[in-house]
This record gives sequence, C-alpha cells and structure tokens, in this order.
Amino acid sequence: MQGSGSVLRPASWGDAVLLRSQHPEASPICGGTDLMVDVNFGRARPGALLDLTAVAGIDSWELMDGGRTVRIGAGVCFARVIDELAGQCPALAQAARTVGSPQIRNRGTVAGNLATASPAGDSHPVLLACWGRVEAESVRGLRLIDIDDFFVGPKRSALEPDELIRAVRVPAATGPQQFAKVGPRNAMVIATTSFALNLDVAGRRAGTGIGSAGPTPLRARGAEQMLEEALADRWDGPRGVGESVAQEFGALVAEAASPIDDVRGSAAYRRHALAVLGRRCLSWALADLEAAGAA
Amino acid sequence: MRVNVTVNGVAHRVDHVWALESLLDFLRERVGLRGTKNACEQGECGSCSVYVDGVLVCSCLVAAGQVEGCSVVTVEGLGSGGEVHPVQQAFLDAGAVQCGFCTPGVIVSAHCLLARNPDPDELTVREELSGNLCRCTGYQKILHAVSLAAARAGDATMTGGCER
Ligand SMILES: Cc1cc2nc3c(=O)[nH]c(=O)nc-3n(C[C@H](O)[C@H](O)[C@H](O)COP(=O)(O)OP(=O)(O)OC[C@H]3O[C@@H](n4cnc5c(N)ncnc54)[C@H](O)[C@@H]3O)c2cc1C
Ligand code: FES
Ligand code: FES
Repeated sequence: MQGSGSVLRPASWGDAVLLRSQHPEASPICGGTDLMVDVNFGRARPGALLDLTAVAGIDSWELMDGGRTVRIGAGVCFARVIDELAGQCPALAQAARTVGSPQIRNRGTVAGNLATASPAGDSHPVLLACWGRVEAESVRGLRLIDIDDFFVGPKRSALEPDELIRAVRVPAATGPQQFAKVGPRNAMVIATTSFALNLDVAGRRAGTGIGSAGPTPLRARGAEQMLEEALADRWDGPRGVGESVAQEFGALVAEAASPIDDVRGSAAYRRHALAVLGRRCLSWALADLEAAGAA
Repeated sequence: MRVNVTVNGVAHRVDHVWALESLLDFLRERVGLRGTKNACEQGECGSCSVYVDGVLVCSCLVAAGQVEGCSVVTVEGLGSGGEVHPVQQAFLDAGAVQCGFCTPGVIVSAHCLLARNPDPDELTVREELSGNLCRCTGYQKILHAVSLAAARAGDATMTGGCER
C-alpha cells in the first residue's frame, strides 16, 4: 500500500484527517517524545508514521469566544506554552515548565500528552481544573470531548482509532491558578503526584485536578464543593477564608485520590503529599485573590 | 523512503530511509556524522542534542522523515573555517571534558543557551543544561566552561567596539 513503511507528511489538516482513516497502520506523531521512546525500545512498531508537524497552522494558538477561550493547536510545544500563554493559561504554563528538559519542552505537545493519556501527564490535572475540551476530528466529523470524559483508563482515552486531536480548548483564567508537582528532583521528573487548582472568579467556580494518584487523572469534587461554599459571597475578597479551610481542602483532595504503591512512591506517601499540595495551592491562590482584590 | 535535508549547510538526499529511523541514527549511519552520541535513546541524557531549524532537540526522539526539508546543525557544524567554536574552546580550556561522551550534546545545549542568553546566571545554566547528563565531571567544570565562554564573548563584544 502506498504510504506504508514511510512517514506521511500532510501539509493540510484535511489531508491529515483523510490519511488517518486511509492508513490505520500509521501512528500519528508530533513531538515524538513519547512515541519515539516506544519505537526505540521496540514497544511500538507502527507500519508507518503520520507526521503532523508539517500541517499548516497546527503550531498556532488563538483566542475564541471574545477572548474567553484559548484554542491551542496540536502542534504547539510546551516551550511556547511557557513563553506565550502564561497570561491566559497560568497553570498550564506552570505545568509545562516542569516537563522534562528544554529539549523535551521544545518538541513535546499538550495534544501528544493527552493522546498518551498517562495518569502522570502534567497537563492533565490543569486541563481538569480548567474544564478544558479536546477537539477530536475524523472523516466522520469534529466533536468536542469534555476533559472529564477524555481519560477512560491508564493510557486509554476516549479518542476513536480514526480520530486526531486538532486542538485543545482551555478557558482563559479569570482568577488565580496553581500547579504543583512532587518528584525526586527538580528536573526531568515524572510526577510522583501532582495537583492543579483554578479559581474561576468570573464563574464563581473552583476547579481541581489530581495527577499520578489513580488509574486516570482525577477531579476532587468534594474539595471543589467545599471551597465554593467557603468562598460563597467572598470571591472578590476572601477575607476570613483561612488556614482551616485550606487544611480541610487539602484533606478532601487527598480523599479524592485512589493511589497505588509503585516505583515512584507509595499510596500513603501520595495521599500525604496531595494533602500538602492541596493546602499549599489553595493558600497561594487565596493570597493571589486577596492581592488582586486589594489592587 | 527518501529524505531531503540540509545538515550543517550541506544538502543531503538520502534514499531507503526506514520510517521509524531516528534522526540520531540517520545522522550517524547515513550522513556519517558521529559527533552526535547515542547513550539512552529515550530523551534522558541529551548526548544526541542537535538543532532542527534552530530549535534544540534530542535527535533520538525525532523521526528522520520528520526533518524533510529542514536544516539540521550538529556539533560538527558549530565551528567554522577549521576552527573550533569559542564554546568548544572554553570546554577545552576549562578541562570540562573527561570521557567526552556527553560533551558534544552539552556543547550544543550550551551553544543554544548562550545564543539566547549571553550572560546567564548559574541557576539559569543549571536549568538550561538540565537535559544533559554527565557521568564524569560532576558538572562543576561544565558550569565553569559555560561562564568562561560567556565572559570571553562579553570581552569580544567590548573589544569589538561596542563600547559607547
Ligand atoms: C525525557 C522525557 C521526559 C519527560 N518528562 C515529562 C514530564 O515531566 N511530564 C509529562 O507530562 N510528560 C513527560 N514526558 C512525556 C512526553 O514528553 C509528553 O507526554 C509529551 O506531551 C508528548 O507529546 P509529543 O508531541 O511529543 O507526543 P508524540 O510522542 O508525538 O505522540 C504521543 C502519542 O500521541 C499520539 N498523538 C500525538 N499527536 C496526536 C494528535 N494530534 N492526535 C492524535 N494522536 C496524537 C501519538 O500517536 C502517540 O501515541 C517526557 C518524555 C521524555 C522522553
Ligand atoms: S540518546 Fe537521545 S537523549 Fe540520550
Ligand atoms: S565527560 Fe564523561 S559523561 Fe561527561
């Protein structure tokens, strides 16, 4: 078959979607920072590659909904998220800063992170906290997958075999956001566990995401509800929302996790760390909120 | 599969490239440039660092077919006119090389860092070189070499008439 045994390099998105359905043996590739490791170690032997990096416009991002949503193309690498999107997507930029090394951040993409769907993917807790949506497209059409429906198991996502991720839609921040990650050292670390918090001041909502502490990334619903009640009518100046709320919030974050013991850490350590990360992220975010209110 | 790529300014047209072949293997085995090293093939060590269209990457994680029409620069392409690049000279002078296996990758990363930030503080150097592992030197001499290269570049600009 034409295309087998080679690297298919569509120049347009339409061609990419068509090739995806015509060449099921071809594995999509963007930065290659997950796929090529599997190829080099013989864990993946796709019959061909479908390289998305030559698709026109795939490496750009844009604002939509009058600036309320950031649409990040599948080819935008983590380094550019850090350089260009820290204003609209502060937690995503924070998470991107912790990914691998400069070389990995220059190639790796949010879309590739999503498609791999590792429970440890650093963009995942942030996308949960921000209620992101994934644009999945095939010859059958384009659909939007809510991030809550995207992760279906360890390294398994809701993407159909003929679908490609075209972009990720992330609501722009309307208040403080935080991301924190625990690992054995500062650089080049797969998260032992991680946590993201988004205070959506405009929507009066609190969003959370937990990484590396369950079969999939998780939302801490109980913690979100507790915080929304605690903030109730104090979103514009969280006076009196103090340390005890942060403590309880951390405890609820830990409760929402379902961690296991593995080489990176024990379940008990992960729960403990999540309680600390939850408490800290909330304290930092409340301080930011207070500062914004005072300004 | 055929791949057309410019490496260190020279156009190459290579046939029979395997779809899953890495840019690292392509550079070493097809183009014959063995300065770029293979130590882990999983993006952890940085000894395979090269530029693709001016962007620092691990060549072990790029498929050769992805660089069709691109410009690649390897450690062999940094110097000019038979002279080593000032960053390479600084590594020699600082004694920042022991077994030398990590050195080409470290030098390409250091070159990238200094091109973006001519006067980095030590934290920045550590951060920017965090994708390069060295089993021998303990990094002190590498840090020294980078500051030596930065200082010399600063001096060169001054003597080059940049003083106001
Ligand atoms: C040394 C090293 C350190 C790392 N550190 C971290 C870290 O700290 N945190 C972290 O989260 N990750 C880390 N990673 C993993 C990896 O860098 C990320 O998961 C990255 O986001 C993958 O993106 P990519 O574009 O390189 O994906 P690729 O490798 O190109 O693709 C990954 C998978 O997604 C599929 N795919 C890619 N793009 C699409 C698309 N548009 N539509 C459908 N499917 C697609 C591919 O077929 C493949 O299965 C690290 C990897 C390495 C090698
Ligand atoms: S060989 Fe590529 S990073 Fe180690
Ligand atoms: S000098 Fe031997 S690995 Fe760096």
